[in-house]
Amino acid sequence: MSFDFDLLVRFAPLLLSGFLITVVICFFAGIVAMIVGLIVSLGLLSKFALLRWLCRIYVEVMRGTPILIVLFLMYYGGPSFGLTLSAETVGIFGMGLYGGGYFAEIFRSGFQSIPIGQIEAARMLGIGKSAIIWRIRIPQMLTLILPPLTNQMILLVKESAVLSIITVAELTKNTTQMVNETFATLEPYLAAAILYWILIEGIALLGATIEKRVKH
Amino acid sequence: MADAEKLALNAAPNGAPIIEVRDLHKRFGSLEVLKGIELEVRPSEVVCIIGPSGSGKSTLLRSMAFLEEYEDGEVLIEGRLLGYRQTPSGRRRDTDRNIDAVRNCIGMVFQQFNLWPHKTTLSNVTEALRVVQKMDRASAEKRAMENLEKVGMRSKAHEYPGQLSGGQQQRVAIARALAKQPRIMFFDEPTSALDPELVGEVLNVMQTLAKEGMTMVIVTHEMGFAARVADRVIFMDQGVVVEQGAPADLFETPRSNRLRQFLETWNERSSGDG
Repeated sequence: MSFDFDLLVRFAPLLLSGFLITVVICFFAGIVAMIVGLIVSLGLLSKFALLRWLCRIYVEVMRGTPILIVLFLMYYGGPSFGLTLSAETVGIFGMGLYGGGYFAEIFRSGFQSIPIGQIEAARMLGIGKSAIIWRIRIPQMLTLILPPLTNQMILLVKESAVLSIITVAELTKNTTQMVNETFATLEPYLAAAILYWILIEGIALLGATIEKRVKH
Repeated sequence: MADAEKLALNAAPNGAPIIEVRDLHKRFGSLEVLKGIELEVRPSEVVCIIGPSGSGKSTLLRSMAFLEEYEDGEVLIEGRLLGYRQTPSGRRRDTDRNIDAVRNCIGMVFQQFNLWPHKTTLSNVTEALRVVQKMDRASAEKRAMENLEKVGMRSKAHEYPGQLSGGQQQRVAIARALAKQPRIMFFDEPTSALDPELVGEVLNVMQTLAKEGMTMVIVTHEMGFAARVADRVIFMDQGVVVEQGAPADLFETPRSNRLRQFLETWNERSSGDG
């Protein structure tokens, strides 16, 4: 068995561009997931039963469906509804909406672990409900949920490998292309594994750093 | 207010009541925890509410702040109905804005302090000044510092609640409530979550406030404090006011059996502690 280092050098641009696409798509999918998750989590805690119920269905559907099916539905099923999206857009929004279901549950548990007394103290000082959400609940919720949020973000990055199936030129897709062109397997997959590992360790490090900074 | 006036008010709390509670009822499910409470508090009066746990004393105070939404009866703060407005079709829950307006004159201190742990001592105190009263940073911080000074916590202005002892946290919570310059202060078991050696520092701050003529309603287990500071003590049991009066009368010559028993139990326990 031999390890062909030149092969990696030759295909480095292909792998790195795939890596870059993975990073960009995960970044935007993460943002979409955060926004969706935050809105849905507030819905889950709403005093309006209908809203609570709709958000609950959303979470259950997203958690109960494989990400690949969500992506297929959007990419191949979308045109039936007049929704023709690029693979990259489906990647961002598919993963974002999917991750949003998980993020919503994390946010909800974070919101619920803030003692109600803190909210009562704010209400007694005349602080309005939206200011309470933005200035008291969200900052604390984000501190509390950083570890599970980091974890979920890491899972999202790993899940992003399935985007190769709907032809997004991300890391896994480009790695497979390299395998097909070179018939080598060890070098491309090992390189991909290392690149994923670097990205995921980066996220973990970022999460840990933020956690340290916001903790009192 | 001049000292003489404060003393006069303190000595003879009369005039129109600042708080009126009329036939107040509150249920949790099928359990009725307040069964028609009547209560009046006059400006500068210090009222302590005592009673066994489960007697409804905290629920009463929380209903007087509309943190618990009472069903029947009325709470009038400075003559204004708290929590409800009259409509042609009957009584409706008021808007949050109106509720805030009516209870703007009330400051509240909780058993669990309820400081916001992600904010420094100083920001805990400035928060409402900045957000509600829209004060600029400098004036808000000046006001906050004055109030922290008052509770002896100025030196901890830049620390976080997690770095403070329970007694210190409670003093900050008092400063936070005082910063919006309330005319009434509610205390819901302010020392019950504290280690015994930290109770004194909080009671001292409260005693100072009482001397300055603040109207105070205090739910407490500190009988010594009630005896020393209260103008009137209210004994509650099972959702009703059983007995009320000047602390000397109430503690020395309890009329009801329930109060006598309550005081005996308390005496036994505190002598046991010593």
